[in-house]
Amino acid sequence: MFSAYLDFIRIRFLMMLAYRVNYYSGILIYTLNIGVYYFTWQAIYGSQQTLGGFTVDQMTTYVAVSWMARAFYFNNLDREIANDIRDGSVAIQFIRPYNYVFVKMMQGLGEGLFRLLLFMGPGMIIACILFPVKLPTDPAAWTAFLFMLLMSFLINSQINIFTGLLSFFVENNEGMMRMKRVLVDLFSGVIVPISLFPGWLSGIMKFLPFQAITFLPSSVFTGRIQGTGIWQVLGIQLLWFAILILPIFLMWRSARHRLFVQGG
Amino acid sequence: MVFYTSLIWEYMKNYIKTKLTYRADFWVEVLSDLLFQATNLIFILVIFQHTNSLGGWSEAEVVFVYGYFMIPYGIFMSFINLWGFSERYIVKGEMDRVLTRPAHSLFQVILENIDPPSIIGSFVGAVILGICWVQLDIPFGIVELLVLIVMVIGSVMIYTGVYTALTAISFFSDAPTGILPLMFNIQGYGRYPITIYNRLIQVVLTWIAPFAFVGVYPASYFLDQEITKSFALLTPVVGIVFLTGGILFWNYGVRKYRGAGS
Repeated sequence: MFSAYLDFIRIRFLMMLAYRVNYYSGILIYTLNIGVYYFTWQAIYGSQQTLGGFTVDQMTTYVAVSWMARAFYFNNLDREIANDIRDGSVAIQFIRPYNYVFVKMMQGLGEGLFRLLLFMGPGMIIACILFPVKLPTDPAAWTAFLFMLLMSFLINSQINIFTGLLSFFVENNEGMMRMKRVLVDLFSGVIVPISLFPGWLSGIMKFLPFQAITFLPSSVFTGRIQGTGIWQVLGIQLLWFAILILPIFLMWRSARHRLFVQGG
Repeated sequence: MVFYTSLIWEYMKNYIKTKLTYRADFWVEVLSDLLFQATNLIFILVIFQHTNSLGGWSEAEVVFVYGYFMIPYGIFMSFINLWGFSERYIVKGEMDRVLTRPAHSLFQVILENIDPPSIIGSFVGAVILGICWVQLDIPFGIVELLVLIVMVIGSVMIYTGVYTALTAISFFSDAPTGILPLMFNIQGYGRYPITIYNRLIQVVLTWIAPFAFVGVYPASYFLDQEITKSFALLTPVVGIVFLTGGILFWNYGVRKYRGAGS
């Protein structure tokens, strides 16, 4: 059974590989985005030494690694699920001898693997050449970061699956999916590190899962969080991963009772 | 001219009829578009919590530029919506239908794809601009209003010219998919004071992909920013040059176009 799930990773990976040309321009776009924030931050720092606990070098690294991590964990699982539900093909998924949600996660993983090797990897190299990015020297930071990156992917995919499954309950999920995308970019810390938010907002962010997607792993990568602090943020990620399983499970269960496919 | 005006009217009536069928979607679409644009405003507001100036520009000035940027952008997005051109008109062959009709092909394609809800972004931009206008204590009279209108028209012409030319690439090549989103991301650079970028990027944004003219240059006409002010009055000129170039390239593409078969 497990090998069947592994096959979903493989198939999606190969499918992405066939369309790899589409992603070359993506590397350029992400580099451009890093550029605009890099120059803006340079201008902001001007006279200041640190902002929100970041030195100017750390901020450059933060911006680069956050955008390139987004290149890895980003996927359209929400849209895929919503489409399956809208066109009714989810009915076929119900009768197949596997768990649809797991399959989606595996497909996401296949896409993620592709994005890691052909998008984030080369993108990070280009970013290191163009901008003064300081890579961590401590092997522990690298290990922790790579593991946290996997967790970012899982948590982001869980949020996507959750948003996609909402299509079972609302007629038009399009706006919800768009808003989710903006919220994740904003609150995960890709656009502004959470520690720079006004106090009340960064206080709220501590109780939401979004920080686990970008802010925490990137903080480890820049060296803002070191030593035992790493275990703590890793714990936050694991906790959110565990918590988010519950709503997905409940939604999936009640969706099965609710589903009514027209035509076919 | 009368012919073209009546066409606009007919297309508009059709658009409204189809849209009113899905009223809830309309507002959701508007709201999520605005939220998407708001991320950059939030970025500006957050960073000015930690600094007083961005390369010599105050918060009100940067937000002023941002508000200006939203106005031509909203107009462009609602009237010149060429995103799916290659897919719909070349691959599916709808271009052949367009070409059999008497009106100019670009005009028809634009009218078939208008997306008026985006104009709400322009209104929001105008409100933001207005608030900063008052805060910065800039005089406002008939001259300023006229200049503002000319600048906005110039900026919209630049957008239209650049994207028309890029869309016309589809007449020659199958997969120009990468370049449109690329441009879309470059134009974001025009929102911030251009002086913070390095020389090369400044040159590109001024003369090659002139997106400094859809934001920072024209807006700085009203501000005390000497370096960029000298460029402000070039906005309509650059607009005319790029729009003419874009349309000429489109016409050239149409002449070379052979159809996708069957």
